[in-house]
Amino acid sequence: MIVANRKPFAEIKEMLEGYTKVLNVGCGTCVSVCLTGGEKEVEILNTELEMARRLDDNPIDIHGHTIERQCDREYLAELDEKIAEGEFDALMSMACGVGIQFLAERYPDIPTFPAVDTSGLAVNQAVGWYEERCRSCSQCVLGFTGGICPITLCAKGLLNGPCGGTNMGNCEISNDQPCAWFRIYERLKGQDRLDAIKSINVSRGWKDQSPRDLLQPGYKKPESMAK
Amino acid sequence: MSTETKVNPKSNLEKVLTGGHFAFTGELGPPRGTDAQEVKEKARFLKGNVDSVNITDNQTAVVRMSSWAASLLILEEGLEPNYQMVCRDRNRLAMQADILGGAALGIKNMLCLSGDHQQFGDHPDAKGVFDIDSIQLIAMVKQMRDEGKFLSGGEIEHPPGMFIGAASNPFAEPFEWRVDRLAKKIEAGADFIQTQCIYNMDRFREFIHVANEEGLTDQVYILAGVTPMKSIGMARYMKSKVPGMDVPDEIIDRLKGVEKKKVADEGIRIACEQIEEFKEMKGVHGVHMMAIEWEHKVPEIAERAGVLPRPGL
Repeated sequence: MIVANRKPFAEIKEMLEGYTKVLNVGCGTCVSVCLTGGEKEVEILNTELEMARRLDDNPIDIHGHTIERQCDREYLAELDEKIAEGEFDALMSMACGVGIQFLAERYPDIPTFPAVDTSGLAVNQAVGWYEERCRSCSQCVLGFTGGICPITLCAKGLLNGPCGGTNMGNCEISNDQPCAWFRIYERLKGQDRLDAIKSINVSRGWKDQSPRDLLQPGYKKPESMAK
Repeated sequence: MSTETKVNPKSNLEKVLTGGHFAFTGELGPPRGTDAQEVKEKARFLKGNVDSVNITDNQTAVVRMSSWAASLLILEEGLEPNYQMVCRDRNRLAMQADILGGAALGIKNMLCLSGDHQQFGDHPDAKGVFDIDSIQLIAMVKQMRDEGKFLSGGEIEHPPGMFIGAASNPFAEPFEWRVDRLAKKIEAGADFIQTQCIYNMDRFREFIHVANEEGLTDQVYILAGVTPMKSIGMARYMKSKVPGMDVPDEIIDRLKGVEKKKVADEGIRIACEQIEEFKEMKGVHGVHMMAIEWEHKVPEIAERAGVLPRPGL
């Protein structure tokens, strides 16, 4: 899933400094699961903001509304009426970077601010602990690396085996960070597949450097939206 | 073994190695400023004592005078640089541009490295580039030299001649993988290898034994890395703080066993004993002396290690 982390409160407060009527929009999907931007987190942030602004003698009228998925037009539509009626002077989003952009795009006349920093594609390791596993690089190498991603889990993103900095199976950057290539080696050895990493993996094209879109086979872009 | 450099004449290091001599290379870290004199002063201690001098590239991810510029400074002093290049700071365009520029300035050797992670240096928030890795860099330089082609396949009008070096760490886990990685570097096009500093001789013997068995030492020149210990503190630091470094307790015990003012001398003695063994070791073709900020001691070490005079080629 996509994981995100709430921005520091001071940064959020500063962004909303000159606004007095704000709608904070949560998202019920990924950011809700990773305990960052769901209904509960919207409420907590709004309470914090109300208190802080009252102390500053600069009260804010902040509302909250959490929709199922901020990255989906169908669910965004339910905000139309509220936003038109409410005459909010700013919107805040607690969704991932995709949701925030979609919200901003739907209401282009109203400033939209992010309350979270999106950090990537991660798995849930334990309650409240998420580990990044994919950089969505558009060129998956997991087939020959034993299902362990060196682009994400090697601090240098190396493609040809461990660097000289591996340290008792850990990465040179930290003893808390396992060496991805050590793990790849161990897993492939267990599968008797070390040949998979013995040949040279040639330099690759970094396909995640320009805006990407994905059109599934058999589908086409609606004429109204095709550029 | 070794490639014919098609355009430029051979480097001194290449001539020493292909001539069957036991090579002795040094190292010089450029300054954290613009003082050319500092480079030249360090170079003075190395001149005549080594076959080639590694010029480090933002070593330990700390900004320093660029490697090619310091290489040019020592060329002017009559020494031969071994231009180090790391993958951390440049993408493939910048790397190829610097390889062309380096060759145009008269650089004939380069050492291709991944580079220490930027987190260790003086700009820990820098974006690490790692567009290509060290093995891909080796292959890129080889392609530029032997095929006269950029990585993209485009023609190079006057290709660079480079004697291509790579590093090998025989000590980092997984140990068994280290010889495989050496093999990959040879396959990619490395002409010579400089190893990580060696302290655990048993493990190094095992590494070189496997490399010999697999025929790798017939395909590449291996220079054993030696760094004399200056103090017990340095030995302890190397043991516990430097990733991938293997310092056995016996080294520390030996340094502890002498009077305080003789510790550095004992460090040099250990290094000289190592060199004596490397001279006799099958599959080892020379020594890379990394006398970190101890360039002034290199003449003494070279003398005591019996590697002088250097072959004048």
